[in-house]
Amino acid sequence: MTGIKSYGAYVPKYRLGKETAGWGFPAEKAVANFDEDSITMAVAAGMDCLRGIDRSQVDGILYATTTSPYVEKQGAALIAAALDLRRDITSADVTDVLRAGTTALKMAMDAVQAGTASNILVIASDCRMATPKGGLDRAMGDGAVALLIAKDGVAAEVEADYHITDHMLDVWRSSDESTVRSWEDRFVIEEGILRVIPEAVSAFMAKNNLAPKDFQKAAYHSSDARRHAALAKMMGFEAAQVQDPLYDQMGNTGAAFPLMLLVAALEEAKTGDRIMVAGYGDGCDVYSIKAGEGIDKLRQGHRGVKKHVEAKRVLETYDEYLRWRGLMTVAGVRRPTASGPSASALWRETDRVIQMYGSKCRKCGYVQFPPQRVCVECHAKDEMDNVRLSDKPATVATYAMDYLSGTTDVPLVIAVINFKGGGRMLSMMTDRETGELSVGMPVEMSFRKIRSAGGIHNYYWKSTPVRA
Amino acid sequence: MTEGIKDRVAIVGMGCTKFGERWDVSGLDMMVEACYEAYEDAGLEPKDIQAAWLGTVASFNTGQPAAEALKLDYIPITRVENACATATDAFRNACYAVAAGIYDIVLAVGVEKLKDSGFAGLATGVQSGSGVEPPSPPPVQFALAATSYFHKYGLSYDEGKRVLGQIAVKNHHNGALHPKAHLRREITLEQVLKAPMIAWPLGLFDCCGVSDGASAAIITTPENARKMRDDYVLVKGLGVAVGGRQGMLRDDYDFVHFPENLAAARQAYDEAGITNPRQEIDLAVVHDCFTITELIIYEDMGFSSRGKAKEDVESGVFTLEGDLPVNPDGGLKCFGHPIGASGLRMIYEIYKQIQGKAPGPPERQLKKADIGLTHNLGGRPGSFTCSVAIFGRRD
Repeated sequence: MTGIKSYGAYVPKYRLGKETAGWGFPAEKAVANFDEDSITMAVAAGMDCLRGIDRSQVDGILYATTTSPYVEKQGAALIAAALDLRRDITSADVTDVLRAGTTALKMAMDAVQAGTASNILVIASDCRMATPKGGLDRAMGDGAVALLIAKDGVAAEVEADYHITDHMLDVWRSSDESTVRSWEDRFVIEEGILRVIPEAVSAFMAKNNLAPKDFQKAAYHSSDARRHAALAKMMGFEAAQVQDPLYDQMGNTGAAFPLMLLVAALEEAKTGDRIMVAGYGDGCDVYSIKAGEGIDKLRQGHRGVKKHVEAKRVLETYDEYLRWRGLMTVAGVRRPTASGPSASALWRETDRVIQMYGSKCRKCGYVQFPPQRVCVECHAKDEMDNVRLSDKPATVATYAMDYLSGTTDVPLVIAVINFKGGGRMLSMMTDRETGELSVGMPVEMSFRKIRSAGGIHNYYWKSTPVRA
Repeated sequence: MTEGIKDRVAIVGMGCTKFGERWDVSGLDMMVEACYEAYEDAGLEPKDIQAAWLGTVASFNTGQPAAEALKLDYIPITRVENACATATDAFRNACYAVAAGIYDIVLAVGVEKLKDSGFAGLATGVQSGSGVEPPSPPPVQFALAATSYFHKYGLSYDEGKRVLGQIAVKNHHNGALHPKAHLRREITLEQVLKAPMIAWPLGLFDCCGVSDGASAAIITTPENARKMRDDYVLVKGLGVAVGGRQGMLRDDYDFVHFPENLAAARQAYDEAGITNPRQEIDLAVVHDCFTITELIIYEDMGFSSRGKAKEDVESGVFTLEGDLPVNPDGGLKCFGHPIGASGLRMIYEIYKQIQGKAPGPPERQLKKADIGLTHNLGGRPGSFTCSVAIFGRRD
């Protein structure tokens, strides 16, 4: 039985909504903070999925996105390092189409069924941009999802699948552009989603002797809320069967969207419930997924979609969002220009920068970050074991708020944090409200983009208040 | 058996430029200004200098700029860099060369030209390597100490800010009196509290000036000194302690006391034979890069007991009229902080006070100035270079 052994999701904390001055739309959409992108959200979803799971079991990772920060340079390898996965694993980026998430699921299933891998982590993450305030901007949100696909110990079985490949330019983005384009609405809708998704779903039902009534929930892609409802009617689903597409709370999260709706459905599913999933883009992927005995247990210990959607803060101004996306430049404090990081130094320091290892002395047990050769406590030389600190809870020892560093979120909060079990870090704190800061406050680690310079996207761990 | 430095070397001449935004002069010009004042003060010629130590953090490399500025032809000159303790460490190395009997007369000069950077603060923070360390310029680093100090000793934000504010008001008062100080104006506590935030909880007046300047000392043996002048000043103790990021590697480092301060003070006190600093030291010029730093120094140098510096600040112990005046020249806060020159500027104040020749109006001259202390702290909480030096009136 091939299926889902674990799931996780990530929705950024911030929203554009009716309280956001200058946004002008009533629906809320989730927007990645200035230091987040599809890589960082992928890591967050992966961490949520792997909570309580021995990470050394994972023997493959697929990263599905339309918004990889690099055109040449794999995202999956970076995510695998941040998640501290083994080296002897397979990895791939599944990219360039909204259907990438559901397609990666197919690839993982096939590998597991073929017996070439036991556990494959599928992560879909997207952080798309559209021209400000247009229809696409209104409908899009940012988010990520992770599924651990396995043969043994699964909590939901992937029963059947069906796929269509259908070339068309309805929504696209050239490699030299940052915002998504689309053709005339009526063409995009009538000849795109409203033609292809029902065609694929009906062929899937016929092939597997299934009917809409056999499903408790349908989780599927659409361009917006109105077409989502129209699609339900065309496919023969009652309103109660339709998984809330969260258009008014999260928005269409691109390649991650259908799998995020699947996780939202699994969060409420009972044993035996059947969920239809459909991903769209240059064709359509359709799945039937059936919740098994372990579904209640799986729900515990993962934040998933619901908790992330609830733990939010609505931005006060649309200007702030424009600054985050680099669409509006504002005068800052006069400071020296940062140069690009050294690729060789980044490679050498992968253990501390990406894997976030500290070292623990075998002689005295003292934990220190970053890794040291000579122990700060007992001075033993080369007696260190790596310890991963990225998933350790921590508390604030002291903090400061920098009003002059010229970062995008002034004041920049610098916090000295102590990890449970030992280890200390001088961290930047993100996703924080200045009023909530205190000595002793609990924090957790979040992988973030520090800056981009010299064509290098530089990532590191920051602290954040505990999200949920 | 090692001997300490006590009474083995003497200062016979010192010079110090006006500190400030010296747009019209270069670092070389300022070395000339400071060193020729020192030559004149000592009654020596440049050719009498047998070796020199140049302290500068970022303005120059090598010892050559001192040779170029001062035309010290083909003598040994060593450039010293050790963060904010640079000038004191240059001075220390010069002292050791004399004490070792290698030279009779040497020069220590510190200089920094900060105001060509184009930035209001220090132009640091551009990283190399992996570039992932949080940008945390000095105000942020010391704000971490302020937050921790307030928390540990139960001071509310307002209480903490008022204590720190009084230190800024004192140093502005003192600096206003010194003709060579950078920032020469009195301020009120109200102004301090209303000033713009730099790195919470530290506001504008909690931060020292960023300045250009140079200062210099001529060092010789006490035997030579006796032949040169009656009011030479003796070195009593020199301590330097260097941290190695223990504060970031150890999770018990508390940000309210600095181990480097304690270690450097211990070395200097032991050499000088000081057992009760609060009673035995007459004046101190310390590294008030931020007001919180001065507050912590009071405790680390043994002037105040732990957590009680607030009471001493409030009772005026450290004012010009107090029992133990601290930063009578205005400190880094107002005299200014050209990094590589500051340590020698501090020694300049001690030297002049011990001689009874404090520059400026008569009220600047302290009544009792027999034993003085200077203190520098460079780096950041968790990893400092600290120097403590003790000076005394000639026997």
